[in-house]
Formats: sequence, C-alpha cells, structure tokens
Amino acid sequence: MDIATQKPRWLLRLVLSAGVLAALYAANLGVQAGFIEYVQRIILIAGINVILAVGLNLINGTTGQFSIGHAGFMAVGAYAAAFTGVKLAPHVTALLGAGTLADGVTFNLALLVGALLAAGAGVLVGLPSLRLKGDYLAIVTLGFGEIIRILFNNAQFLGAATGYFGDSPAGLPTYTSFFWVFFWVIVIVVVVRNVTFSQTGRSLIAIREDEIAAEAMAIPTTRLKVLAFTLSAATAGIAGGLFAHMQSGIRPEDFKFDKSIDMIVMIIVGGLGSISGAALGGVFVAVTLELMRDLQQYRLVLYALLLIVIMLVRPEGLLGTREISLAALRRRFRQPERP
Amino acid sequence: MSEFFQQIINGLSLGSIYALIALGYTMVYGILKLINFAHGEVFMMGAYSGYYLASWLGVERYQAAGRGFPLGLALVVLVLAMAASALLGVLIEALAYRPVRSAPRLTPLITAIGVSLFLQNAAMLLFTPNPRAYPPILRELRFAAGGVIVTNIKLAIFVVALALMVGLHLFVQRTWTGRAMRALSMNIDAARLMGIDVNATIRATFAIGSALAAAGGILFGLDQITINPLMGVLTGLKAFVAAVLGGIGNIPGAVVGGLLIGLAEQLTAGYLSPDYRDAITFLILVVILVLKPEGLLGVVRQEKV
Repeated sequence: MDIATQKPRWLLRLVLSAGVLAALYAANLGVQAGFIEYVQRIILIAGINVILAVGLNLINGTTGQFSIGHAGFMAVGAYAAAFTGVKLAPHVTALLGAGTLADGVTFNLALLVGALLAAGAGVLVGLPSLRLKGDYLAIVTLGFGEIIRILFNNAQFLGAATGYFGDSPAGLPTYTSFFWVFFWVIVIVVVVRNVTFSQTGRSLIAIREDEIAAEAMAIPTTRLKVLAFTLSAATAGIAGGLFAHMQSGIRPEDFKFDKSIDMIVMIIVGGLGSISGAALGGVFVAVTLELMRDLQQYRLVLYALLLIVIMLVRPEGLLGTREISLAALRRRFRQPERP
Repeated sequence: MSEFFQQIINGLSLGSIYALIALGYTMVYGILKLINFAHGEVFMMGAYSGYYLASWLGVERYQAAGRGFPLGLALVVLVLAMAASALLGVLIEALAYRPVRSAPRLTPLITAIGVSLFLQNAAMLLFTPNPRAYPPILRELRFAAGGVIVTNIKLAIFVVALALMVGLHLFVQRTWTGRAMRALSMNIDAARLMGIDVNATIRATFAIGSALAAAGGILFGLDQITINPLMGVLTGLKAFVAAVLGGIGNIPGAVVGGLLIGLAEQLTAGYLSPDYRDAITFLILVVILVLKPEGLLGVVRQEKV
C-alpha cells in the first residue's frame, strides 16, 4: 500500500464511524416503530448475548482456557452499573439538565464502572488460577460464580435476595435501548476482533494450540492469559450493565450457574474461536430460549444433550474457527465461475 | 472445650464423606487428567438409589412398627447402591468420555459438564426438585461422653468410610488391576505396550470411584437427613477441592484433603459464621493454588515436550 492511500485513513474511519452511528440511530427508530415490545425485548437480549458470547469466546475459544463462571462477572457488572447509575444520575442531571444527553452520559459512565469492576474481579480470579492448567480455571470460576451470588444474596445495601431496584419506587431506570445495546455490540466486536487478529491474538492462539511450545517461543503465557481473561470479564460486565437497565431490577438468581451454561452453549454452538460464530450462537440462544419458554424444565436437559452431542460429533463447534466475513463470502461465490 | 471436640467429631465424619468422593476424582484425574465433573452427580444418584432401595426393602414398615432397620438389610442397600452407581459410572465413561479420549483436553471437560448438567436436570424431572427426608436405615443412638455427643451414625460414617478406604488401598496396591491402574497413571502408552488392557482398567477405575461416591451419598443422606437433586454440585466441588488440596492423582492425598476440608468447614461454621462454611473451601482452593499447586502430598512433575 502506498502512502497516498494510507494518509486519509483516519478521516475515512471518522466518516465510517459517523455513518455507523447514524445508521444505528435510524435502526433504533425503525425498531421502536416497527416491532412490538415483546420482539424488541428479544432483539435486545440477542444483542446482550452477542456481547457475552464474543467476550467469553476470547478466553474459551481463542485462548483455549475454560471459564464456567462468567455469570459471576456479569453479576458484578450488573450490580455495579445499576448502583453507580442510581447514585450518579442526580449529579449528572444537575450538571447537564434532565434529558437524553444526561441519561446517555449516566448510562455509559455506569456501564464503564461495571466493566471496570468486573475486570478487577477477573484479575482477582485469573491471577492465581491462570498460572496453572486450564481445568483449574474451570473449577475456580465455578466457585467464584457461586461465591459472588452468595455475596449479593447477603448484601443488604444491594437488596439482598429480593434484588436491587434502585432508590425510586419505579425501580431502575430503563436506559437500555436498541441504540446503546448495538453501539456496545459494535464496540466490543471491533475490540475483540482487533485483539484476535493482532500479535497478541496470535500469541493467544499459540497458547491454545500448545502452551509449552508458546512459552518456549518467549510468549509471556500467564500475562496474556490474565489479559484475555480480564478483557473477557470486562465485556461480561458491560453485558451485565445493559441487562440491568433493561428491566426494573436485578436479582441474584438472574446470575445463576444456568446463565454461565447458556453462555457456553452460545460459543459451542457457534464454534470455539470464531467471533462471528459466537455472535450467531448468542442470537441462537436468545431465540431458542424464547421458543422453549413453555418447556422451561426441559431446557437444561436439552442444552446438556446438545453440549454432549456437539462435542462428540463436531468438537470444534458448528463454525469451528472460521469467520463469516464479506471477503470469505465473495471468495465462496466467485469460485464456481472459474473453469 | 467440649464444643471444640464436638466440632472435630462432626468435621471428621463430614470429612470422611468428602474423602470418599475425592477418591473418585483423584483416581480418574490420575489416569485421564480429566476433571470428572459428573462425579458429584454420581454421588447424588447413589444417594437416590439408596433411598429407593431402602423403601423397596420396606424401611417404612420397620419404622411404623417402631423397630430399627436390620443392619444386614442396611448393608444390602449400601452394596446394591454402590453396584448401581458403578454401572452408571461405567456407562458415563463409555458414552461421554471414551469417544473423546484422544481429543484436546477441553473436549472431555465440556462433555463432562454436559453429563453433569444432564444428570442434575434428569434427576429434577424424575425425583422432583423438592428435598426428600432420607430413610432411617440406621436408627440414631446417642452416646454422651464429657459433654460431647457422638451418634452411632457419625461413628458408622467414619467406620464405613475407613473400611472402604483401606479396601481401596489394598486393591490398588495388591491386585493386578490395581497395579494396572498405577501403571496407567504413570504412562498410558507405555502401559499399553506392556499388554495392559487400557479400556478395561479405565472402566474399573470409573466403577470403583463411582461405587465409593455412592457410599458417600448414602452416608451423606444419613448425616444430613435430606437429599435433593442438586446436592452433588456443592459437595462434589468441595470433594474436588479436597483432592486438589491433598495433591490430585494421589490416593492418600485425597483422604487427607477430605478430612481437612471437613474439619475446616465445621470449624468455620462453628466459630466464625455458618454463612462462610461454603466460602472457606474456595478460599482454601485459591490459597493452595497460589502457594503449593501440586497439593500437600503431590509431587511436582516437570512437563516435558
């Protein structure tokens, strides 16, 4: 690539970002006008699932470690964001005046606090367990998820077992909208994609393929594993914050072990190590959960069988590590034309 | 002081149940390097099979007549439940672990979680999620000595667990199958070259580990009075932590770890707060992972390329 084409790239990116934001805004209006609330809710849940799956995939798929307690990080993010939002809102309104701007600022600050605390929890959990083999991480995250839930169950200032509904009788403000969910979907997918296809990402894949060999290649395995884990926990925190502001309150039982299993089903259905696969898996789980609403008690039996069967038949997941991208699609459709 | 001894006695009996379950984790891990997540559910199924066997043998009739359940029948319940769980363990191995044995380590871990979830939820559908009172296959007798109350149930737990552990030790050290297990845990490929039937030995490992878990399940039911389909989750986790604490893959280590976890749990519940009894186990896990990841009795094995 010559310099002439490289120079205006930042400008191109700026225009592109503005275009994406405008498109999101238009889509937001379209979704609000075009769908009933029930369908809107499913779309929002699908978006949150995509964030969860893409984030978890970074650690379970790309790095080859195994977290089965991500609901714990989601809970940390949800509670932190809800609490911050409630406490911050009066100050922001005093500064900016009530309105969409103040709500947006409060919401995103709250989400960032949630992500930050979830990331902190990630470091706390990851540091001791990631020095060892991946299966220890599985056990520690499982224990962590349970402990977090027990803590929130006993935290009086967060409503203990009845859940946290903020200070006003109306419950938590419902900031979460199509615009913000998919704004964060795009941010997180871009960040995870850039990490995955960077040198760091290649190092993570090397750890997945052979940790000893990676270490011999001077890859700082522990540091990178903790980094991936922290980033993954932060994305779960964002998803938790979005989830918290979708309804009037959050309860500790929203973040049970079942939730972690839902996330694992998302990435295994989609393919361990594929971003687009994880995103598809997130949508898949959101839709099937709705369809199976009447069969609640069979849901986990079916998910368990699905996990076993996929592992036995196609252990790399449905997509494997392949990505769905425009370039790949173009290649696929072009090939038959050649003689 | 008497309260302290009371906690020690309770801790030791709880700990010997953890030790029985931990043995299954450690044996499987020693050979396959797999955390058998479904082991806690085998323990739960063992408890339920004991429940149904006891009521099939008419424990309610004895109870209604005001007589204790005969000791002979109690042993029949124990042995049959152990056999049923051994079968379940072998079945799980054949269906969910053997087909993925040569796959990357993450694959059997996911199937193990799948089996565990499946058994939990199948049990909730079959047995309903409500807790059930465990049948009194041993009638409780209390002995008081110096302010310390010892029930015959706690004693029986201790004796049965001890007998099974001694039996396992003799089996592993003295029989050909036990020798084959030890060979497998050193090096599966070399063992195969020496003419050991790898599949049969792994099957035997699962059968024995699952039988011990079933014994633990029945003792747990007797000790804790109620059972429910999710009892295997937390107990299984604690037993796994016990195995890690003692040095995973190490049989005496699992026993030591189990007893220590039981003691730590009871002492925390007694002297700090019952709210923290489950948290202490995970605290121990994190501390041991940081300070001595090979466990108390484990040996450091250098990984070779």
